[in-house]
Amino acid sequence: MTRNQITHHLTDALLMAYSAGTLPEAFNLTVATHLSLCDDCRARAAAFDSVGGAMIDGADTVELAQDSLAATMARIRASKPQHETPAPRAGLFPAPLRDYVGGDLDAVRWRPVGMGVKQAILPTSRAATARLLFIPAGAAVPDHGHRGTELTLVLQGAFCDEVARFGPGDIEVANEELNHTPVAEIGADCICLAATDAPLRFRALMPRIAQPFLRI
Amino acid sequence: MLNDATLLLDPPPSPVPMARAMRRGTTGKRAGPAQVTTARETENTDWVACIAAIRDQGDEAAFARLFAHFAPRVKAFLMRSGADATLAEECTQEVMSTLWQKAHLFDPTRASAATWIFTIARNRKIDALRKQRRPEPEDLPWGQDPEPDQADVLALQQESDQLGRAIAALPAKQRELIEKAYFGDLSHSEIAADTGLPLGTIKSRIRLALDRLRHAMK
Repeated sequence: MTRNQITHHLTDALLMAYSAGTLPEAFNLTVATHLSLCDDCRARAAAFDSVGGAMIDGADTVELAQDSLAATMARIRASKPQHETPAPRAGLFPAPLRDYVGGDLDAVRWRPVGMGVKQAILPTSRAATARLLFIPAGAAVPDHGHRGTELTLVLQGAFCDEVARFGPGDIEVANEELNHTPVAEIGADCICLAATDAPLRFRALMPRIAQPFLRI
Repeated sequence: MLNDATLLLDPPPSPVPMARAMRRGTTGKRAGPAQVTTARETENTDWVACIAAIRDQGDEAAFARLFAHFAPRVKAFLMRSGADATLAEECTQEVMSTLWQKAHLFDPTRASAATWIFTIARNRKIDALRKQRRPEPEDLPWGQDPEPDQADVLALQQESDQLGRAIAALPAKQRELIEKAYFGDLSHSEIAADTGLPLGTIKSRIRLALDRLRHAMK
């Protein structure tokens, strides 16, 4: 994946909440996966981390337990040194996504959603849902709106909707105002990581009937 | 042509560098061309040296100095985030021992000691208080530069200090919102679209450090 072709980035509000640690787990996963692909957002996220650093440095202090330092040294002596070296990425998925899938693309347990579209829901806390989506080249995800926030990160291929074209590494941040019909580009199947904090609203009848079963 | 048009319509976000302007505005003094070294800046580079001493020599005295400064602040952060004193004490000890164990992963061209310790404490908070895993971005495949350029280290530590002073100089209401975002539980939809934080310069420094690391390996 080429790093400098990313044109759709995360918002400041999402990066700040990621840095503060207040996003639902499914969003954290999607943000961390985008940061793995996008140095610009990685640097912006690190800038928000330095706000956290300044807050902790300027914060009040609380008295420690009397033996706090000694107890910490005892913990250190009891632990093994950690000198793991990160493994270079071999497949399609960046490390945080690989952790949740339990492997790369070939380890995904897809379930058909209809019209060739497949999904796999990843194990996160229930406050929001993270899913991998497989959209065959040229196919569309049914027209839908959002009650909350939906993040869609492209991992392979590309999709277009009413807003723009989203290619590998691009992330779309959608909210209540957006109704859209993402269509995968001809040429390659599109694989996305999507996170939602509320069920999507489909405008056509069929998907709405199927919705409770699909957990979309 | 098409690419240019797309770029114009949707440029990558890059906040305006405001740190310097704000600093002049708030101090009211005219800053000279030479960099003014404050006590905090010296302190920041001292912490960097302490972490290097822990990494290279297992220096317990250096660790004790870091501990005396940061552990009471980490504990306060955890208690403000909802941990009781017992849990906060335990997590603080874990955070500080992680600092020792992962000293080789600290990159002073990308973060101050306070920032790095904040990220460890935040992750511990999510784990212990919210019982969730914390997905982190993929490590850069080559790890850190063991001997980073001292000018880069100094520049980043100075930026961190300037950011700290800029935050302290924010209007009270805005500072409270930021505190709420970091210490409380403000959701991303409650965070203002424009945070008003002067992050442009520090972001550019970190971006430069990332570019250097990537180029160094090519």
